[in-house]
Amino acid sequence: MTSLQRVAVSVLSAVFVLIVLATFLLPAHYARQFRDIPNAGPSSAHPLGTDALGRDFLARLLYGTRVSVLLALAAALLATLIAAVLGSVAGLLGGWFEHLVLAATDLSLALPWLFLLLVVRAMLPLDVPPLLSVVIAFLMMGLLGWQVSVRVICAAARSIRDSDFLLLARSSGCKPARLLLRHVAPNLRPLFYAQFFISIPLFILTEANLSILGLGVMEPMPSWGNLMRGFEDFSTLSANPWRLTPLVLLVIVVLCFQLALPSPEVAQ
Amino acid sequence: MIETKKSTNLFRLVLRRMLFLVCLSVVGALAGATLVRFAPGYGVTERDLDPRWSANSLEALRQKQALHQSLPSFYFHYLSALVHGDLGESDSLKRPVRELLRQRFPVTGSSVLRGLGVAWLAAALLASFGLVIRVWFFEASATAFNSFLLSLPSAVVAMLAVHLRAPVFFAIAVVVFPRLYSYIRNLLVQAYDQPHVLAARARGLGSSTIFFRHVLPLAASPLLALLGVSFAISFGAAIPIEALCDSPGLGQLAWHAALSRDLPLIVNVTLIVALVMLAANSLADFAGRTLAGSTS
Repeated sequence: MTSLQRVAVSVLSAVFVLIVLATFLLPAHYARQFRDIPNAGPSSAHPLGTDALGRDFLARLLYGTRVSVLLALAAALLATLIAAVLGSVAGLLGGWFEHLVLAATDLSLALPWLFLLLVVRAMLPLDVPPLLSVVIAFLMMGLLGWQVSVRVICAAARSIRDSDFLLLARSSGCKPARLLLRHVAPNLRPLFYAQFFISIPLFILTEANLSILGLGVMEPMPSWGNLMRGFEDFSTLSANPWRLTPLVLLVIVVLCFQLALPSPEVAQ
Repeated sequence: MIETKKSTNLFRLVLRRMLFLVCLSVVGALAGATLVRFAPGYGVTERDLDPRWSANSLEALRQKQALHQSLPSFYFHYLSALVHGDLGESDSLKRPVRELLRQRFPVTGSSVLRGLGVAWLAAALLASFGLVIRVWFFEASATAFNSFLLSLPSAVVAMLAVHLRAPVFFAIAVVVFPRLYSYIRNLLVQAYDQPHVLAARARGLGSSTIFFRHVLPLAASPLLALLGVSFAISFGAAIPIEALCDSPGLGQLAWHAALSRDLPLIVNVTLIVALVMLAANSLADFAGRTLAGSTS
């Protein structure tokens, strides 16, 4: 691990500690309004001031960090899980099933990612409770974000399909399910981890884009994307530069994930 | 003999791609029809909630509009209308989808093409310049700047473009540039590390000669493939950028359709974008293979 990777991992660890301890560190609940001090500047009571509705900005930032990061992690986990199962089975079995999986992957990759998300989001009701909007965003990204990973995993599974150890396992009467779980999956584990890590920054950015467009996490639940919706009014932003903290935090976290990624040889 | 075999392979590739395009159109149209037919609230209008209409009148109207037609019949009517160029009517804008697409497509097409042009030019120049001068400080700064741009959501780039009064194509270029730069740079580095380039350098050939005669031909085929991929990236980036920059293109139309749950509109916009993407990818792939065949 290089020194730069160590720094990135340390920063990410600090962010995770912050997420876990957010409940204890919060000066107020993220939805609580201080109606007499809307758009207030930083003070000892509100270190990052308050927003236009008088809500504590630090509380919203910490909760937003928790929502965005956990949402991206969960979606990456689901997408990697789907890609691992589909890719491994397709690579191991080969034949028509592999062709079918790869054709479906090609088909969905023909669409730009955001267009695909918009189509699916348009199918579902828009006026939903905030918690449900988080679940919808997680399911959309998790269920639709596996295509790139499945190609990589399928290629890797195909490369070990005819290896000696699988031949030996097959000749000793090993069933396909056991082959997959005991022999193929352990060999592909580094690849699964790499694909999981690669997906996280992608999903963080996707959530931010969707929420800024009003199709992601719904108010009053904060997320990085939600908090950045206020950037449209640049006059407020130039008067309150600390409102840029969600963007700064997002850039730092995404950069750290990019730096902490495993080497390209493993990722490919 | 070898030439004939190459031509046959290319012909097969073109046929396969054409077949894939046709399959995609059919599958996409059927998937779109399914989305429209089974979406929650399909066929429900404000009129259904109006107490002035009696149940009998509503039932008669529904039957007239064939809302209760069987599923195969629904698919058949949808596909036959599609074949005749009828993409339906937008629920929210109350205008034919075909007319909306005809108006919006040139706007997005122009922004995407100009954005891609700027991004490709900047990425290719920066990557080539870095490779020719080989100064670590330049490389480190360019990589850091590139990583920073990669970490910015495209919606934030769009808001920045609004603030700076920058054109839409510039925002698209900013989103596409970092993805192109890292890939182009890696391709050129790989090509520069080839033994024949080292031999050319040892023979005292100039930097520009080495670049244009030995490096570029080697990297040209994957670069053409990248051109197809960059189309998909820029069309994806066009959604938040056009929506936030208030540019009347396909991206804004798709965003509007998603916000108003206008399924006929968004499904058809997506189908058209998918076909354009696939055609661009196929062309790039075909050009890359032809070029690889002619240089080998």
